[in-house]
Amino acid sequence: MLVEAGHFALALALGLSLIQFVVPLWGARANDPVLMAVAPASALAVLACIAFSFIALTFAYLNSDFSVLNVVQNSHSAKPLIYKISGVWGNHEGSMLLWVLILALFGGVVALARNSIPMRLQANTLAVQASITIAFLLFILTTSNPFTRVIPAPLEGQDLNPLLQDPGLAIHPPLLYIGYVGFSISFAFACAALLDGRIDAVWARIVRPWTLGAWAFLTLGIAMGSYWAYYELGWGGWWFWDPVENASLMPWLAGTALVHSTVVMEKRDALKVWTILLAILTFSLSLLGTFLVRSGVLTSVHSFAVDPERGTFILGILILFIGGSLALFAWRAPMLKQGGLFAPISREGALVLNNLFLATACATVFIGTLYPLALEVLTGEKISVGAPFFNFTFLPLIVPLLLLLPLGQTLAWKRGNFLGTAQRLYAVFGISLLATIAMFALQHGGPAAAPLGVGLGVYLVLGSINEIVSRSWSRGAPLSVAWRKARGLPRSAWGTSIAHAGVGLTVIGIAATAWGVESIGSLKLGERLKAGDYEVRLEQVTPRVEANYREDVAVLTVISAGRELGTIETMKRLYVARGMPTTEAGILTTGLGQIYASIGEVQADGSIGMRLYHKPLVLLIWIGSLVMAAGGALSLTDRRLRIGAPARARVAPPAAVPAE
Amino acid sequence: MTRKQRRLTLIGVAGCVLAIALGLVLYAMNDTIVFFNSPADIQAKNVPPGTRIRLGGLVKEGSVQRGSDQQITFEVMDAQAAIQVSYKGLLPDLFREGQGVVTEGVLVSPSVFRADSVLAKHDENYMPREVADTLKKQGHWMGEANASPKTQ
Repeated sequence: MLVEAGHFALALALGLSLIQFVVPLWGARANDPVLMAVAPASALAVLACIAFSFIALTFAYLNSDFSVLNVVQNSHSAKPLIYKISGVWGNHEGSMLLWVLILALFGGVVALARNSIPMRLQANTLAVQASITIAFLLFILTTSNPFTRVIPAPLEGQDLNPLLQDPGLAIHPPLLYIGYVGFSISFAFACAALLDGRIDAVWARIVRPWTLGAWAFLTLGIAMGSYWAYYELGWGGWWFWDPVENASLMPWLAGTALVHSTVVMEKRDALKVWTILLAILTFSLSLLGTFLVRSGVLTSVHSFAVDPERGTFILGILILFIGGSLALFAWRAPMLKQGGLFAPISREGALVLNNLFLATACATVFIGTLYPLALEVLTGEKISVGAPFFNFTFLPLIVPLLLLLPLGQTLAWKRGNFLGTAQRLYAVFGISLLATIAMFALQHGGPAAAPLGVGLGVYLVLGSINEIVSRSWSRGAPLSVAWRKARGLPRSAWGTSIAHAGVGLTVIGIAATAWGVESIGSLKLGERLKAGDYEVRLEQVTPRVEANYREDVAVLTVISAGRELGTIETMKRLYVARGMPTTEAGILTTGLGQIYASIGEVQADGSIGMRLYHKPLVLLIWIGSLVMAAGGALSLTDRRLRIGAPARARVAPPAAVPAE
Repeated sequence: MTRKQRRLTLIGVAGCVLAIALGLVLYAMNDTIVFFNSPADIQAKNVPPGTRIRLGGLVKEGSVQRGSDQQITFEVMDAQAAIQVSYKGLLPDLFREGQGVVTEGVLVSPSVFRADSVLAKHDENYMPREVADTLKKQGHWMGEANASPKTQ
């Protein structure tokens, strides 16, 4: 009964979002406050309906209601509780439901923020948001209904794909979706501004927190997915340049550019048209990501059920929204008042350069990801564009950007002085150079990329620290004064520095992978395998039976320089319901590095195949991402973004000159 | 700087970055792309030995031989041809005889392939798309093995 109610609520949400689409748009055109006020009310109603529908599906999972097809295909009564819940979005239908739930959630938050957003802008934004909701609700109801019943109901479900039965993957989709879908708000604001024909610094101030929030979540989601691939797939790699990964990297790159361009727009009232275009492109890339991942054109753990009808539907949504918004852009953008140009050597000039590099890097990833698909459609030739392509095209574009980052961060607004800025960074240059040379000396002829990369990372971290220090401490001033000044700096300044330091940490972690050691061998009980300075000894292999799988556990003792550091367990599991084997890697963390062992097959002579890695500093890759997201979050709590309303009342009238 | 000069600087810098990116992409396209082939394609196209390719097909039943020190050989086949593949290392969990597989490596001779990676699969029903397409083309497609029940 609850299941049918959930289905009905979803249909009701479709009807309500039609109202949310049409009425406010009409109201904004006719300048009727009553009609415009329909927007927040209907947005909240849509949210309530979709939330109810989602809860209904979750209950079906919790109760293992095997009369629902979706539950049968992705659940099992013996599955642990957390995976019964995560199973809701561990499949195509449920994950699309989560997608619209987050979409509606964002709509609801915009609806509640009525005091900080001008009414017209809010009405138009929610209407655009509703059009996206309509498209995806139609998609769910017509092609991917999660509430379909199956008669007669089987006694037991088919279990969730074992690779997805993992705490990391339980939270990866929600994080990633909040990021993807969060950009829909920036998109809706951009379209609303185009519809209204006006855009100003106030718009940028309103949009910035949404973009920043979405960006922070997307950062976390990508980092989580990468860490999952690292420990779950048993290959020890953390990024494969797989099309599915690229699908999330492209919106991230465009979103990063957008976060920076809104700063220019807010501070200097420039780059307006570009920012609007970027907001549209960022969400378009999110949609493209959804299409690539969900339509089955790529094979991966994400493309659950390949159904051509669904692929065509999502492609339709893609064309409608990207084509529609770009057409709107082409029609209305020339009417927007252009912002002023500015000196190339200035903070805003540096941010333009940042946007240029990020957008170009995003374009190369786009080409590398879509070229094989296009070629196959056009010629039938099948190719694979892998890591060598991306390393060759992406890195040369990102490294200059990172080299310029501390400089740009230190430059003054309006008219910067390049030499003066460089002088403020002398100490940073010096220490980073020394660090690089020290690394070269220490490693005795290892790969050259590692010390250079670590040096770059150190330079980024120091550059960020330098920014805070030089803004709060002047030569000879007592530390107490500096401390007070540092605490008085705007939180967005702290956020910027922290996020940039996070980039540095990630760069160090990535560079250090070049020092990683891998060895493959086969072990009998008591035998040892060596990788670099570390060794493991196979202690025992024991079978174990759990609720929905059985496994063979290999217990290894990790030894370094004759000292035992601890034991790790690596498992070969067999999930009974699907008859599917998986490998669980055993990981021992020492400081920021990890010893990573992955069990293989039993060899002809009874020994066990084993893959052993030592990965120094590898945790920095993800710690850096967490720090980036934390910087974004800190920046969100900035005073300026929290109390926008009074400032707007004073600033808005002279600034907001309609373009027409 | 006048307005015009500022605008020219911006356009110039943007042009340079885009040109460099385009150059890199075009160069990398020539150099780093790997073609996908089935065993029959290799015969038909006369792929020269030494070429780096992706080879996909079915692992022939009874062809998997495990040597010492994780050395492994197996045959990858399609309807018309089969190729001997050698590989050293750990195989993905879902590598099985009679199932689809995609390997990447270097063609040693027209009938011997040295793989340096065997690609992981994520699902027990999963057939690499390229392999499925090849089999469909050759009329040997029998649908997904133990496919999940159809909706409704």
